[in-house]
Amino acid sequence: MTTQQVRSHTINMDSILSGREQSQHPNETCIKVENLNLFYGEKQALHGVSMEMHKRKVTAYIGPSGCGKSTLLRCINRMNDLVDSARIEGKILLEGENIYDKSVNVAALRRRVGMVFQKPNPFPKSIFENVAYGLRIQGVNDKRILEETVEKALRGAALWDEMKDRLNDNALGMSGGQQQRLVIARAIAIEPEVLLLDEPASALDPISTLKIEELINELKEKYTIVIVTHNMQQAARVSDYTAFMYMGELIEIGTTSELFTNPRKKQTEDYITGRYG
Amino acid sequence: MDNSKIGHHISEQFNRELEDIRNKVLTMGGLVEQQIELAIEAYTTGNMEMAELVIKQDNQVDTLEMEIDMECTQIIALRQPTAFDLRLLITVIKIIHEIERVGDKAERIAEMAIQLSGSESKLPHHELEHMADLVKDMLHDALDAFARMSVEEVPAITALDENVDREYDNILRQLITRMMEDPRNITRTLDVIWTVRALERIGDHACYICEHLVYMVKGEDVRHLSQSELEKKVGVVK
Repeated sequence: MTTQQVRSHTINMDSILSGREQSQHPNETCIKVENLNLFYGEKQALHGVSMEMHKRKVTAYIGPSGCGKSTLLRCINRMNDLVDSARIEGKILLEGENIYDKSVNVAALRRRVGMVFQKPNPFPKSIFENVAYGLRIQGVNDKRILEETVEKALRGAALWDEMKDRLNDNALGMSGGQQQRLVIARAIAIEPEVLLLDEPASALDPISTLKIEELINELKEKYTIVIVTHNMQQAARVSDYTAFMYMGELIEIGTTSELFTNPRKKQTEDYITGRYG
Repeated sequence: MDNSKIGHHISEQFNRELEDIRNKVLTMGGLVEQQIELAIEAYTTGNMEMAELVIKQDNQVDTLEMEIDMECTQIIALRQPTAFDLRLLITVIKIIHEIERVGDKAERIAEMAIQLSGSESKLPHHELEHMADLVKDMLHDALDAFARMSVEEVPAITALDENVDREYDNILRQLITRMMEDPRNITRTLDVIWTVRALERIGDHACYICEHLVYMVKGEDVRHLSQSELEKKVGVVK
């Protein structure tokens, strides 16, 4: 080994030792939840939740069924507005701006905060039209812009190579895993800032799941991602931060590596190790 | 014994698997403690049968090590443990390695007992026995702390290593003097040195077990720390 090689080896070691947290992006807050309470009629589903989510990082919400993690996720792009009985107190700041402020245009908010659901929900249209849909409803009809955007989004969702010759096929003919990636492509075609993923891989086979996880890892270069998952190993694999919720409360949030090896709260420990608390 | 840390999984089977692993580690520890006891006795009394027994027991220790290793690997692969469960398994894998090394040291002492049998240069018995008592206590307390999954005693155990080292230096000085007095003693005295050295290493392995234990219980890595730093981390004042 030459001196040069030894030196570059040493530098690599330094970057390894400096750890994951100091990677390319410093921790800037993207979303800040402040003392959020949510009621479905009389029933309170979220109790004083406060947390921050960092820009271009993946934050995972874990917790047992009914703990409020999907409810919290849906608050971030005001999906709960669609539920008549839902009432919200507190604030969610996106880049410092309260999304529950009266002046906020909800359609504009949802363009900034895209969402992907548990079951892939492609439109019964061609693959191309599915991805172009968001632009079309924004009034974009320039063929060249549409083609460029569709290609970029499909590449972003790791679907381009598989689908480039089948863009006019009906999207319903794709496999479940492909459909889910198509829906992600549709979400990123309008270039949101935040992607909310609600159990994005729970209906998929292990290989498709791994592809989605790999995709999440690539997408976090550009987007702030929040994911709800029942699969703890998945949360451990894809996220930088993990939040554990229980009975509508945020019990603990921390770096994923810390939370899965040495959680601070006993409730978290009991849940992730499969104990009855 | 505090079973609450191992038990209470929704999967009873998982509880049993972890309990089984812990029991095997303690069995392995017990075997090795017995090996040291017998090896020292063989050394001081010249009882060759005992020495042979120590050597034979080492196979059992090795087999247990491999079995526990495999069970830990299986649990990691099949159950993807997290938090305390994960730390427990990682710690067990490390601790059984230390125990196995202690077994090797006991075997070495037994071999030396055979080699030195009938020789005049075995001495100094009482000092060697004193050192053996020290390291036996350290190992016993370390295994006991593991069984209780408690780190309270850890600083007290690791502090004893200084006494062991001091004892080791004393004996070494005597043996060197003896070699200088008469060069014909050198070969045999070297064998005695190997024995004393083996005891000193057993003390080190007991300390390593304690360090792994702290990681298991508190999630803190306390390897390569000084005694005072360790005391600070473990949060127990002697």
